[in-house]
Amino acid sequence: MSDWPDVRLHVVTGKGGTGKSTVAAALALALAYGGRDVLLCEVEGRQGIARMFDVEPLPYEERRLATGLPGRRGRAGTVHALHVDPESALLEYLAMYYRLGRAGRLLDRFGVVDFATTLAPGVRDVLLTGKIYEAAKPGGRRGGGRAYDAVVLDAPPTGRIVQFLGVSSELAGLAKVGPIRSQSDAMMGLFRSEATAVHLTTVLEEMPVQETADGIAELREAGLPVGGVVVDQVRPRDLGDEHLAAAAAGTLDRELVAHDLRAAGLAEEADAGLVDVLLADGRDHAVRRRLEDEQRALVADLGRPAYELPRLAGGVDLGGLYELAGLLREQGMA
Amino acid sequence: MSRGRPRVGPLARTGDGTGADALDVDALIGDPATRIVVCCGSGGVGKTTTSAALALRAAEQGRRVVVLTIDPARRLAQSMGIEELDNTPRPVVGIDDAAGGALDAMMLDMKRTFDEVVESQASGDKAAQILANPFYVALSSSFAGTQEYMAMEKLGQVHRAAEADGTYDLVVVDTPPSRSALDFLDAPERLSSFLDGRFIRLLLAPARGPARFMTAGVGLVTGAVTKLIGAQVLRDMQTFVAAFDTLFGGFRARAERTFALLQADGTAFLVVAAPEPDALREAAYFTERLAEDAMPLAGLVVNRCSAVPTGAEGPDGAVLSTDEATTAATRVAKRDPVSVTAGLLRLHADRARAVEREGRLVERFSAAHPDVPVVAVPALAGDVHDLDGLREVGRLLADG
Repeated sequence: MSDWPDVRLHVVTGKGGTGKSTVAAALALALAYGGRDVLLCEVEGRQGIARMFDVEPLPYEERRLATGLPGRRGRAGTVHALHVDPESALLEYLAMYYRLGRAGRLLDRFGVVDFATTLAPGVRDVLLTGKIYEAAKPGGRRGGGRAYDAVVLDAPPTGRIVQFLGVSSELAGLAKVGPIRSQSDAMMGLFRSEATAVHLTTVLEEMPVQETADGIAELREAGLPVGGVVVDQVRPRDLGDEHLAAAAAGTLDRELVAHDLRAAGLAEEADAGLVDVLLADGRDHAVRRRLEDEQRALVADLGRPAYELPRLAGGVDLGGLYELAGLLREQGMA
Repeated sequence: MSRGRPRVGPLARTGDGTGADALDVDALIGDPATRIVVCCGSGGVGKTTTSAALALRAAEQGRRVVVLTIDPARRLAQSMGIEELDNTPRPVVGIDDAAGGALDAMMLDMKRTFDEVVESQASGDKAAQILANPFYVALSSSFAGTQEYMAMEKLGQVHRAAEADGTYDLVVVDTPPSRSALDFLDAPERLSSFLDGRFIRLLLAPARGPARFMTAGVGLVTGAVTKLIGAQVLRDMQTFVAAFDTLFGGFRARAERTFALLQADGTAFLVVAAPEPDALREAAYFTERLAEDAMPLAGLVVNRCSAVPTGAEGPDGAVLSTDEATTAATRVAKRDPVSVTAGLLRLHADRARAVEREGRLVERFSAAHPDVPVVAVPALAGDVHDLDGLREVGRLLADG
């Protein structure tokens, strides 16, 4: 039923402003059905998950976040959330591998934590991806943590995704030996496997679609598995094709529109210029729909499964996320 | 349904005497005292387009302008003649120079800028040694924050050159697409405090020799770092730091000079946002941060606002609210389910809902920051990839 039955780690990237976090959240809800447990992770310190789900800011630990979207037989799963920040990940890493209790604090005093998490090339990314790896790796988890059926990562934007996931190769070039190197190899094994899919979100505009195409090429070159393309914020289709053409050409029937408005009790407004406003709305919509269609054709040429989500004019609230989750599942993404 | 209902949304609020003042973009770029305009904001809000449009408008009004862009869309870059990432300002062809202005554009190459700083601070051999160090290569090309730092460094360079030889009287600068809008303010400080900070001194100690500095605590720390990143990286870093040592003072002085430049009277910040909660939240943080650092904020630009389509600004009575339009659409559709009028009314309702929502978001920003002038720019139907498109954006910026 799902297009991605073997995927355990869903990485969601996309150009800034294309709804990456929204799509990641909706996908997590869509994957959590029939008793399945899903972990939704964010790594960019924005607390976007907490805002979307209207909960307290998330700590550096897994929290139960929501009930998933019920499946066909009415059974839902659960969504947990994890906010990964590099400082906590570093201290945890040191504690886990080296039992560095005292040194951990010393490191902080000497500015090493700050150094390692913000300045040392790639260390920040490897700490973040390392934590994700712990949650998503095959064969359960160290320390008796909860095992998830799927992990959804709200990842950095397209421009940084290869570096973020492939950071290990870059870092490995620097760190020719050492524990990070050996952990990196295991992580790359997972990220490059069929258990991972990197999905890209876009909107039907020129730059984001171009960036999606570039992103897919870069992911392929890096040997990372490209998932689907989620087209977000698609305009409503309130005008049929024949009306759309007329709206674009400015040949919609003014008299008919005026007549309908009067019949609906809007005679005063119709006389005050509502007809013109509506026709202009129609023209504007038609122009944008045509531009969308051009970009949709380009998305189809990318040769990846594509999923479309509507623009929610009132903004995305919790109800909206479930609505989007339902649409993703209907289209086979989950 | 009454007439004279006030229009809602960000586009209706400017100039109506309530809330914040409207941002007067032409007054800003027309003031000869304005020497630097910095456009900042979170990623994906149209900063690059806004900077380019402002620069073009200023040039066509007679200023001699250079615009520093970070990562323009390919076709926009082509139309401005800056396909090469080479740190060299090039004249933009096709601008209207009747008012005596000119426009140059350049795309920032952060690694090249970093290399140039090293070359300017160190003698030949030493510079070559630093440039070849693996740690330097990683730091200068992929360290998060380098791009922000170098954007500000380049701004400082271009500004100083322009003031010295009078090539330009206005520098417009785009900021990198950071995770957070604040990164570029923090990056210079972070990098320079790292480069001459305590930790680096610590790393330096063994390279310099005397083992007496190696107290137990220090040993523990370097030991932990070695475990974490491997001995080779640590050695590269020590070599780098040793070679870089004499440059630290210079780096810090440069960062401080850039910071002072950003606080100067001739500098104006424009915070760019989209009418979305996240982008406006970033804009609010940024506004507060600028105030803390005594940096001059000219105003907030809200791009991509939903608006009444151009050419249809009728009397207010001709615009329905979301509820009115939805009700009317339902009524019309009852008689004819595929009615074009019902479809148009639904589109109208959809837009009204977006306008209402965006208006609320911007009003909230203004309630918290009443002193920040705001301009709302309606969304264009297509992408901007030529000078005419930029002129249109410039006109919308100025008209509010």
